[in-house]
Amino acid sequence: MSEMKVSLAGVELKNPIVVASGTFGFGREYGAFYDLSELGGICAKGLTLHRREGNPPPRIAETPMGMLNSVGLQNPGVDGFIEEDLPFLRQYDLKVIANISGNTPEEYGVMCEKLSAAGVDMIEVNISCPNVKAGGLAYGTRPELAAEVTEVAKSHSTVPVMVKLSPNVTDITEIARAVEGAGADAVSLINTLRGMRIDVNTRRPILKMNTGGMSGPAVLPVAVRMVWEVAGAVKIPILGMGGVSKGEDAAQLMLAGASAVAVGTACFADPFAPVRARDELAAIAERQGLRSVSELTGGVKPW
Amino acid sequence: MPVQQQCRVVEMARLNPSTWWMTLEVGKLAEQQGLRGSQFLHIKCGDHQLLRRPISVALVQWDEPQDTASLVFEVRGEGTQWLSRRTAGDILDVLGPLGNGFQMEDTGRYLLVGGGIGVPPLLGCAASGGERTTSILGFRSKDRAILIDRFQETGSQVLLCSDDGTLGEHCFVDALVRKALEQPYDGVLACGPKPMLKSVAKAAEEAGVPCQVSMEERMACGVGACLGCAVQMADGTMKHVCKDGPVFAAGEVDWNV
Repeated sequence: MSEMKVSLAGVELKNPIVVASGTFGFGREYGAFYDLSELGGICAKGLTLHRREGNPPPRIAETPMGMLNSVGLQNPGVDGFIEEDLPFLRQYDLKVIANISGNTPEEYGVMCEKLSAAGVDMIEVNISCPNVKAGGLAYGTRPELAAEVTEVAKSHSTVPVMVKLSPNVTDITEIARAVEGAGADAVSLINTLRGMRIDVNTRRPILKMNTGGMSGPAVLPVAVRMVWEVAGAVKIPILGMGGVSKGEDAAQLMLAGASAVAVGTACFADPFAPVRARDELAAIAERQGLRSVSELTGGVKPW
Repeated sequence: MPVQQQCRVVEMARLNPSTWWMTLEVGKLAEQQGLRGSQFLHIKCGDHQLLRRPISVALVQWDEPQDTASLVFEVRGEGTQWLSRRTAGDILDVLGPLGNGFQMEDTGRYLLVGGGIGVPPLLGCAASGGERTTSILGFRSKDRAILIDRFQETGSQVLLCSDDGTLGEHCFVDALVRKALEQPYDGVLACGPKPMLKSVAKAAEEAGVPCQVSMEERMACGVGACLGCAVQMADGTMKHVCKDGPVFAAGEVDWNV
């Protein structure tokens, strides 16, 4: 059997399958179906400094082999997570990656300090939050702002910092290089793609927020392409995500350059999707005679 | 605790042009997981729909060789269309039991209020409450009516109304609710479109009778992980249909959004 252990910016995952932020809560719900120790890690539900109730419903719209969401970072706040949810996750043998969004660089700094002190294994910095001070522009779409947030997060963290990149940009490698230059230990991509669906009878968008983030199998080729581009532009490791529902999808992202892979929306269709993807990925590595699954990383042979 | 299970379809029946009655063998979902009416099952609808469809349970029957659950659904899109084409013997991928369901005391008198596709989740309440219940069932018109016989068989006193006057009284359910609440009831249990729930909740509140409402919202995971199916509460917080509901105390819900 091929070695399934991989390293993501020095954080050792016992297998490359992580679950993506926002699709797995803090593990309690899917933990009712199987032992969370089966997973390499969890990117926990996105946290903000203070509790947030999120956006008004409807928040969900299905699309062809995908879905839109406009949940809007409903979460208990970073302190609530540290008190209630982190101890729960610590019962299991998996790496805990806290995901954070801030309205200001200072908020990112405060959250990084609290989470480092609380002993999470890694911090994933979400810079795709639409609700920020720079005139409503996401940090994730301007290299200098992305770099600023990364620097603040790094200087307030004692654990590795991974920056989650938005695909809603002209050139994702520009942002990736900016955060690498600012000291990011890893990048994760892709976040959701902005989309919209309209009810033709009522002429109303399905989502109360009009637009939302698209995820699911339909976005996989975009994720593979962007991971491939980013892998060619930076030296820091990549957590690949976007539309992964089976082992072959995970293998594609690894071949494109990802060191580990997150399964997200697929959990909604099948709670066991991450476990199955892990087993299928192991079978692929075995079939290809790899000593370690990590040999897939960056192994694509482009024409 | 919800589980994932393969369930065999044992019965499919069309109740009106767009509404289906489907009975599944649910294995140990009833005996071990405690599945009951007004909870829901989250059903995978073929390989071409990403998301499962949440379908309310009308009735659970303890039976041999396996317990069964009868579900009623309306064809609204491609997923439910796929579901309506199943036949006896087909196997479905099901998550459940999910949701809380209506709460009833063993001796209480209950007023059950259903509108349209909101009628089926109350059937289990009528079955368990029998003569201690009154069922007010409202439909758009006579040709949309469903399950009236089933409710009558439970011993529940059934009152009917329709929007166009072709069945029962020519009114909305809340008019019948107000009249019924001149008699003493321990609770009102309601399921239907949100404007109907709002008016029933108001009538119950005016009569000083506790009211439970079963809510609907667009849903993804069905288990409380994605936080998609939010319902706004009167205190400004968000709760979720799949995990906190679908049944809520009417007084908790923000009816002004």
